Amino acid sequence: MCSLSQGVVKITSDVESVRSEIRDKSIRVIDVRREEDYKQNHIPTAVNLPLATLLSDDNPERVLKLVNAMGIDDEMPVVVYDDTFGALASRIAWTLEFIGHSDVSLLETTYSKWKSMGLENDNSVPEFQLKEHSLKLRPEIVATSNYLETAKEKEGVILVDNRERLNFLEQHIPGAISLPYRILATPDKILRPKEDMKRLLDNRGITGGSEIITYCGSVGTLSGLAYYALKSVGLPNTRLYVRSFKEWKSLSKPIEKQQDANYWDLSAE
Amino acid sequence: MTLSNLKQSRHTPKKGKIKWARPQESDHFAATVKLYRQGKYDADSFRRFRLQHGAYGTRLADDYAMVRVKLPAGEIYPPQLEKLSQLSEQFSIGSAHFSTRENIQLHWVVLEDVSEIFRGLAEVGLTSREACGNSVRNVMCSPLSGVCPDEKFDSTPYALATARFFLRNPLSQNLPRKFKFNFTCCEKHGMVRMVDVGLIPEIRQEDGYTQKGFKIFLGGGLGNRSFVGHQLEEFTPEEDLLYTSMAVVRIFDRLGDRKNLARNRMRYLVNDMGWEKFQNLVLKERAIVRATQSVVTKLSVDNSPDEIKRPLRISDEGPISQPEGYARWFKGNTFKQKQNGYYSVFITLEAGDITSSQLHALSEIIQDFSSEGLGRCGFTQNISLRYVHEDDLVNLYSTLLKVGLAKSGSLTMTAPIGCSGTTSCNLALTNSHRLAKEIQRKFLELKLDEDEDLRDSSIKISGCPNSCGQHGIATIGFFGGGARFEKDMYPNYMMQLGGRSDGDTMLGVSSLRIPAKRVIPVILKIIELFKQNKKPEDDLKTWIHRVVNGIDSSEIKSLDDIKKALFSFTIPPTKAEDPDFYSDYGNDSSYHTKTGKGECAA
Repeated sequence: MCSLSQGVVKITSDVESVRSEIRDKSIRVIDVRREEDYKQNHIPTAVNLPLATLLSDDNPERVLKLVNAMGIDDEMPVVVYDDTFGALASRIAWTLEFIGHSDVSLLETTYSKWKSMGLENDNSVPEFQLKEHSLKLRPEIVATSNYLETAKEKEGVILVDNRERLNFLEQHIPGAISLPYRILATPDKILRPKEDMKRLLDNRGITGGSEIITYCGSVGTLSGLAYYALKSVGLPNTRLYVRSFKEWKSLSKPIEKQQDANYWDLSAE
Repeated sequence: MTLSNLKQSRHTPKKGKIKWARPQESDHFAATVKLYRQGKYDADSFRRFRLQHGAYGTRLADDYAMVRVKLPAGEIYPPQLEKLSQLSEQFSIGSAHFSTRENIQLHWVVLEDVSEIFRGLAEVGLTSREACGNSVRNVMCSPLSGVCPDEKFDSTPYALATARFFLRNPLSQNLPRKFKFNFTCCEKHGMVRMVDVGLIPEIRQEDGYTQKGFKIFLGGGLGNRSFVGHQLEEFTPEEDLLYTSMAVVRIFDRLGDRKNLARNRMRYLVNDMGWEKFQNLVLKERAIVRATQSVVTKLSVDNSPDEIKRPLRISDEGPISQPEGYARWFKGNTFKQKQNGYYSVFITLEAGDITSSQLHALSEIIQDFSSEGLGRCGFTQNISLRYVHEDDLVNLYSTLLKVGLAKSGSLTMTAPIGCSGTTSCNLALTNSHRLAKEIQRKFLELKLDEDEDLRDSSIKISGCPNSCGQHGIATIGFFGGGARFEKDMYPNYMMQLGGRSDGDTMLGVSSLRIPAKRVIPVILKIIELFKQNKKPEDDLKTWIHRVVNGIDSSEIKSLDDIKKALFSFTIPPTKAEDPDFYSDYGNDSSYHTKTGKGECAA
């Protein structure tokens, strides 16, 4: 059993099982929306961790404190949701993974969809007993700018830019390929079905043996979602360049641009 | 057409009856792209294959394509708009683009994603197959067919049937060059003399018997050299429509120039051979086609009436107050249908561009307001909703305002056409697309859409001498090129005057080369000259028509007088005096020309 479960990664949790696990009190649900939105209503038993709160200081020691305060220990399964097509939830989930939590997944849909289906919501703020989570950092899922700079020159490493196409054309890290975050979702789910996603990535040559590094504009949200999209089709060798393009630019590293075309003027915005 | 007072609810969006797509073409395309990338498919064959499937090359960028989705007869249904909204957001630049030939285009698509777009299109019945390449391109139909007071009958079902017959038909898979059909409603709203085959519905009374048919025009077209089409015969009966179309395609296939890419459209064949000889050939070929076809070769014309039901809305709360700008919008964007109480409403876009969220909104707006439940593309990079009840117009305007689709002037001179130019085209020399937007913004600011004298005139801009922007049939047309003053280059346009595509079709006459940054002042100057010299009943179009034909009696008698009056605009300042003059719209840097290989002729 143990050997079977190893390697079987649960990326998203479906609505039905989340509801029953809430009833069983066997999971911790994290709502990453802003505090005022959370206070109005949220999925029952959910605890609030706004992304901004995490990002204000995301060094592992502090993250560990936040996790403990939410009553999460190593054994407690965690499901994260947002109302931003899964991007903010992904960034939080990834952070939990990074400090060593092994059972974190994303709600398969957004809070708006949850509500539009007429499912339970609540405005009470739950309290949890302080827990002791261990700290087992997983550097193999993160890419720093230095790491990226060396890695991207290697054969078999694919660098993926998850910003919108126009932003990519305007400037990107040399060698990156463009996979806008909107590609990853369907109208109902934050991620495409596995077969669908696999075909799309196969067409792009994003397959098995490669190491893949994702990045986006500033804090690793859009690329966080892409990180989970890649994992969902069994591409485990994936890293998030968590400080993303904003840091890359601020370090004055090389940037590439699509030359000789006025593509912005084709946009209707 | 049956009009009904029954209302329809929004829960059942109308779907197109015809499935243009074949889902398996998506996998085939994906597999072929892989072979090409692995070097197992040579570049030329791949390019032909790609174009046949409707994926066009992109400006100086091998890894990107433009997917041109065909909307036969211009029809587009709400689920299709919704899908295009999703696809443009996922795979393109968050916008899509309505073309002048009733296609909708997705630009800057990664070549490897094209098959995913095909897959999505197939879900809603759409295809881009034969939207490019040497095939029968999208079959157009006037957006007013079925509602125009001057039409003899609705040609839409015939346009659809023609599109169906030629799509994937081996007859038209490898023509010498592209081939275009335009159906229209009447002379005025048509584009029938500017296309390989143009058709106007016509009715003949014979021995007390009413017969449907067409006036058919052959061998017209806009391009590096443009020609006006010739009428084949007085009247072509309905049952000869297919035989005539087949005969013309067969002659072009057999005799068209397959060597000289620059001169291989059918209009050159007609011109080289002489009209009479070509006409005889068509009539003979038609007799052979008619005699040799089996009875199963026929057009499947679906003449069953469309259902017209006023949509049922949640908030049917009676008259609401008119928002500001309504009267102006009503004047420039609506067309009174022959059906009592109904209007066709044209949406003003900027050079055909529309955002993903606007496509989504439009999908819902059509369901809420159009009693026929679908949209119809126009000839001028726009889209219309028809069968809007007059009581719903104010409400519709308010709704369009909320999504930024309520701009005025769609049916006036303030809505210029601009091809994609340097935003994505390999051949472009100038940013014609942005220039069209700049003109529109300026002219709406000046409220020129309210000027009755300018209403029927047009401005059309191409980024190179080829005519995707249809400059040859504009009242004031421009095509782009580069010019040099001393050692510095600047973007420049040849201005053509007096073109038109109605019953008096003529091509615009070349006048002066106008620097890009002088185009707006030059048009305003022409309007000023017109106002000073017009006769009371003149509009700009008729005045220019007289001037270019040298028959006006005012101070501006001929083209030479206009040239004299405008000459000062053509003199370049030095770069030190006006650096902006030396950059194109949308660019800060100095202008230079750069082009890749064209694919129109591939």
